[in-house]
Amino acid sequence: MHVKRQLGSAAKFVVLAILLVLFLIPFLLLLLNSLKENAMITSNPLALPTSFQFANYSNAFKQMNYLDAFTNTIIITAFSVILIGICGAMTAHYFVRNPSRLNQNTFLFMVASMIIPFQAIMIPLVKIYGSLDMLNSKTSLIFMYLGFGSSLAVFIYHGFIKSIPKELEEAAMIDGCSRIRMFFQIVFPVLVPTTVTIGILNVLWIWNDFLLPSLILVEPGQRTLPLSTFSFYGTYTVDYGPLMASLMLTILPVVIVYLFAQKYIIQGVMQGSVK
Amino acid sequence: MIGEKGFWNRLRVRLLFTGPTLFAFLTVMIIPFIYGIYLTFTSWDGISVAHPLVGFKNYGSVFADSEFWSSFGLTLKYVLFTVVLTNVLAFLLAYALTKSVKGQNVFRAGFFMPNLVGGIVLGFIWQFIFNNVLVYLGQKASIGIFSASWLADPDKAFWTLVIVTIWQYAGYMMVIYVAGLTGVPADIQEAASIDGANSWQKLIRMTIPMMVPSFIVCLFLSLQRGFMVYDLNLTLTKGGPFGSTQLVSMHVYQKAFLSRDYGVGQAEAFVLFLLVAVITLLQVYFSKKMEVEA
Repeated sequence: MHVKRQLGSAAKFVVLAILLVLFLIPFLLLLLNSLKENAMITSNPLALPTSFQFANYSNAFKQMNYLDAFTNTIIITAFSVILIGICGAMTAHYFVRNPSRLNQNTFLFMVASMIIPFQAIMIPLVKIYGSLDMLNSKTSLIFMYLGFGSSLAVFIYHGFIKSIPKELEEAAMIDGCSRIRMFFQIVFPVLVPTTVTIGILNVLWIWNDFLLPSLILVEPGQRTLPLSTFSFYGTYTVDYGPLMASLMLTILPVVIVYLFAQKYIIQGVMQGSVK
Repeated sequence: MIGEKGFWNRLRVRLLFTGPTLFAFLTVMIIPFIYGIYLTFTSWDGISVAHPLVGFKNYGSVFADSEFWSSFGLTLKYVLFTVVLTNVLAFLLAYALTKSVKGQNVFRAGFFMPNLVGGIVLGFIWQFIFNNVLVYLGQKASIGIFSASWLADPDKAFWTLVIVTIWQYAGYMMVIYVAGLTGVPADIQEAASIDGANSWQKLIRMTIPMMVPSFIVCLFLSLQRGFMVYDLNLTLTKGGPFGSTQLVSMHVYQKAFLSRDYGVGQAEAFVLFLLVAVITLLQVYFSKKMEVEA
């Protein structure tokens, strides 16, 4: 019985390990080929590089305007995520602590709106914001992410705030603390784990989003990383080396963050699904 | 809850706490959504100021647009395969990784990796794999099925989308199933073991029924993502060869922004919304009915 179980778990380990290797091979192939010459890539995409072509990286870096794209993506993602966190938490808190019929219905309405697909909104969105001359601006895009991201944030915060006893808040208010100060000094710190969860879900989405920024940010200087990768591919289709390098450059920042914050990221996704 | 004194104070607090969120929510989601319904009744070309009302003509065009329906049918097929296969694989991975396995955190982290990368980049990576790596392998090792690129074959290109989607999302769903599995109380598992249940019986009779909430979440997420997929479709197959892989989201985009047929495009988007809403609500309704209490 004991031996049988050990054999079973060894077999399971091997199967999982093979699956994992299969899962990660695409990344490995990308890394290998990003360092090779074009001729070597086309003649044998599985071979190890014989000489390291770092020029692929400098090429891609320059031609996709990496620094600009990276900065744009950081700014858009950071501001969107911060806004979604603060505004979502405040709104959810208000809804939980003031359960009037209007607030409850607004909350349900926001939750229900989550089934609206982006495709049903994109055409009027471009038309409305275009006629207001508000396209091609990072600020508009950040505002839109707040609009699209707030429902889920309010929903998740709402579930968590319900479980917080309100006595502490009431005591602070009786002591003459203003509502806003009370929120930021007492409630928001308690919400940190939930905020991390919501932040992670939103970073994964906003950092990699393509369709919305492609509709809003028309000028090349405004491009985010996915947009500039896409346009680099469109103009540069013969030389595989720089193309592979551009993909590596696009995923590198996320992978580096993932190596350090992996535990939190996986936990964040777990928490986000349970609520 | 104690509140502020006076009408103006209450209004000020309300606006401060809910104003920004609700303003963004209304102006980004709700107003465009309602305005979009209005646009379906117009023949707007995308440029002119005027958008003459045309009644239900656009909806007539939607029903006559055979490309829309074929891309919709293709999307249903795609959603069916990806939802089922992703969730089966994700559940198996989660099940294997909640029983004590050496290095389970490394496994979880590794299977989750593809989710860090956006659809645009994933599509390009896999385009390279299908066009170069697999063709190279196929020719060197004479594996007939890989000797020509799958992306050039109208029958096989569809399956590349399915494969990449499963690869991308299985790890994400796995994480959700892991959360569900760890939530199944250990004491009732033990009680069942003492009563003589084997692991298969425990899985079918106890674990799976108690994990219905996780299944609801995962099915909801994978359905939503399946119907909405655009990036991957754009960079992996571009809808080709010969339009054989144009999923509905891409079709709507093309109709509106490339053919400048905004009225019809918006009507198609709205029909898509209705169908997705019905399917999602049915799914949630039926899975809620199956939920059991511990």
